[in-house]
Amino acid sequence: MSTQIEQEQTEEQTEAEAEAAEPAEQSHQDRRLSEKTARAEAREREEQAREEVRDADDTVRIKVFRYDPEVEGKSEPRFDDFQVPFFKGMTVLDALIYARDHYDSSLTFRHSCRQAVCGSDALFVNGQQRLGCKTQMADLEGPVRIEPLPHQDVVKDLVVDMEHFYEQMKSVEPYFQPDDLPEGEREEQRQSPENREKVKMSTRCIWCGACMSSCNIAAGDNEYLGPAAINKAYRFAMDEREGEIQKQDRLEIIEQEHGVWRCQTQFSCTEVCPKDIPLTEHIQELKREAVKSNLKFW
Amino acid sequence: MHEHDVLVVGAGGAGLRAAIAAHEEGADVAMVTKLHPVRSHTGAAEGGINAALHPEDSWELHAYDTMKGSDYLGDAPAVETFAQDAPDEVIQLEHWGMPFSREEDGTVSQRPFGGLSHPRTTYAGAETGHHLLHTMYEQVVKRGITVYEEQQVLDLAVTDHDDVEDRECHGVVAYDIASGQVEGFSARDGVILATGGPGQVFDHTTNAVANSGDGYAMAYRAGVPLEDMEFVQFHPTTLPSTGVLISEGVRGEGGILYNEDEERFMFEHGYANNEGELASRDVVSRAELTEVNEGRGIEDEYVHLDMRHLGEERILDRLENILHLAEDFEGVDGLDEPMPVKPGQHYQMGGVECNENGQTCIDGLYAAGETACVSLHGANRLGGNALPELLVFGARAGSHAAGADMKEAEIQTGPSAKSEGGDLGADVEIGALEAGADETVAADGAAVEPGQVLSQAVERERERVETLLEEDGINHAHVRDDIQETMTENVNVFRREENLIEALEDIREARERYQHVSASDPSRTYNTDLLHTMETRNIIDIAEAITAGALARDEFRGAHWREQHQYRDDENWLKHTLLAWNDGSPELYYKPVELEAEKEYEPKERSY
Repeated sequence: MSTQIEQEQTEEQTEAEAEAAEPAEQSHQDRRLSEKTARAEAREREEQAREEVRDADDTVRIKVFRYDPEVEGKSEPRFDDFQVPFFKGMTVLDALIYARDHYDSSLTFRHSCRQAVCGSDALFVNGQQRLGCKTQMADLEGPVRIEPLPHQDVVKDLVVDMEHFYEQMKSVEPYFQPDDLPEGEREEQRQSPENREKVKMSTRCIWCGACMSSCNIAAGDNEYLGPAAINKAYRFAMDEREGEIQKQDRLEIIEQEHGVWRCQTQFSCTEVCPKDIPLTEHIQELKREAVKSNLKFW
Repeated sequence: MHEHDVLVVGAGGAGLRAAIAAHEEGADVAMVTKLHPVRSHTGAAEGGINAALHPEDSWELHAYDTMKGSDYLGDAPAVETFAQDAPDEVIQLEHWGMPFSREEDGTVSQRPFGGLSHPRTTYAGAETGHHLLHTMYEQVVKRGITVYEEQQVLDLAVTDHDDVEDRECHGVVAYDIASGQVEGFSARDGVILATGGPGQVFDHTTNAVANSGDGYAMAYRAGVPLEDMEFVQFHPTTLPSTGVLISEGVRGEGGILYNEDEERFMFEHGYANNEGELASRDVVSRAELTEVNEGRGIEDEYVHLDMRHLGEERILDRLENILHLAEDFEGVDGLDEPMPVKPGQHYQMGGVECNENGQTCIDGLYAAGETACVSLHGANRLGGNALPELLVFGARAGSHAAGADMKEAEIQTGPSAKSEGGDLGADVEIGALEAGADETVAADGAAVEPGQVLSQAVERERERVETLLEEDGINHAHVRDDIQETMTENVNVFRREENLIEALEDIREARERYQHVSASDPSRTYNTDLLHTMETRNIIDIAEAITAGALARDEFRGAHWREQHQYRDDENWLKHTLLAWNDGSPELYYKPVELEAEKEYEPKERSY
């Protein structure tokens, strides 16, 4: 509350409020007040941004994909450029937030935890699927191009429709189904530390959708389960707490026409996974399990 | 309009657990969340879940530790219910497939944690919250429970009887983020608020951007008192640029804090001559800020946390995750250089006043998880007690709302529990602006019929949305920034009377400015500008409640530090602070702490 600009702002507002207190045409007055304050605010905000850009030791330029089906001028996809002041540790998400809060409040993207665990902000940054919050601006070549995840319908700007991804996740029965549970009071199922270690990486999935977006097969076959869903099946199939009967059911699901055999081991999912899950390896291992189990039943 | 028996608002840990419990009780339950369930901030919890599972441990010990940790501001019926239910909840999670870390014999591991007399913290690596969240969402999918995703609840449909305790909640109004439609959701039996914490009130927080405290604000304006809001936990080691948490484990392994002059200030400046870096969270946070305020901070902002001397091998073995966090979120290589850290808002001990069955004083309205104040954590929460809280009280709220036969709650709620009136002790205005201001001020006694209450609420919110979309106005982000700045400057770790008053004045000014906000994005499609604008309204009310409580309580208890009142005043302050919206003219009052249930808890000095 101590900068010169903000003091001017307050004075202007007080004056405007006095105006609004007049009983006559109050709503009209209110409206004028709002418009006036809004213009002053917007000016101040942009001036502040320009000043920060001027004063910054370093700035970065981002080119952001824009699209809104119902807004004139945005219904044809385009790229907007924003110049933002750089600071050490700045992530792609930070740059987007700065651009939104200082230049254009309609700039739209999903984000929440800012620490790579909620999986909201998988984006296509300089031609690769990455989490915005986990990608350092310093590591990228400028201008940094930020687009929505490829192979998914764009809802608006950087927001894509995740429904298909969620449907694929649900199709593998993504919940624990033990053959039976211990009967003693407050008795847990036993799991060896080795088995826990075996499923560990697969349980780290944050449902961000980067893998699915990077996969050529998924792009061509809409029914392909995709790396994330197959990994979810792996997480349960390899968990020794589920029994053999359940494991057979799981293998049947992933062995279907649009299941594991579609994978051509291109490793693109593994490369883009922000949680370093060895997705391709998990898919390969399920293929081997499926073969073994089929041989057993011959 | 949608219609269900039970509606759960928010789909983090507490909401998911509540929905499962209501479903098991046979109710038609649905969840309404502004995110997708797996995006909820429960997923960011690292530490673990406390439960007395070991034969040598007991619920009595867990209850005692929790009460001591609360600095004797927890209510005994809540604390005991919690400690008694936690073990069953943990085993239940295990039966749902939670990938707990294991012992060699295959049993669930338990480790020691701060303030606990027995190693009772179960965990799944350093990602316990992530696994808990996903495990419970899996159960929701398995049961086919309806989830309305990306629907932001804007308000509650509550009758406006003059007496708050006569009011009833009949549903919620939500905004469909993808389509821009405002719709009513009718709840025949109950609405459970499980919307998480209010970290966005501060500009430096470990909380998610979505944690705008919507549940607190909606319940408050509907008439439910907010309880003990002044108790906010600040974590001493968060990254300066993002607020990402650096676990206490770094100091546990031997990490050292240095100021700009490379002094080990915890010892050299006498903040904690015995425990040093391992003193309790509030002590270390206060020490760091003192260094910065006295000019010994780095870039006048933070201090250094150095772990290089531990050696690469040990760091990779035990703290690998920390290296990733520092690298990804601060661009710092912890093997090569010290990590910058400063205190950050972490957890809200206070919240929506409710009893051990999750019931608020409004019939049909419940609260659970961080949003609720049962009161379990009192003035300070112990590490590892937040996750079991959302399991225990999420389940209880869900069951009760669905009509389960449960023991009547002992904790008294609502204005009838008032023991004495309170006073801010300063000439500052809080609450709604003068009449004519565009704020929801209920209670003219007109709307009491369920269908009518909901349709009126829908109309009110549709109008609000239209106004925000159509009018020109200022950008809410500016108002939010002002709130966050003043809260961080004045209602942080250190609290002085004049600063608290200044904060209330700033909040008042922000409230006036908020009258002129609008969304500049005119779109009905995924309009986050509009949504954040509406969240900012909630942030204003919560900031005010926190600050008012902090001003009223002139003692030093748990996380609440007051200059010139440097001792815990049991004679005058063994009581809960309550702030009731009172239709726009907030009333501050108190109710006594309950220190006796099955056991009696005699206040003792809290030293570790």
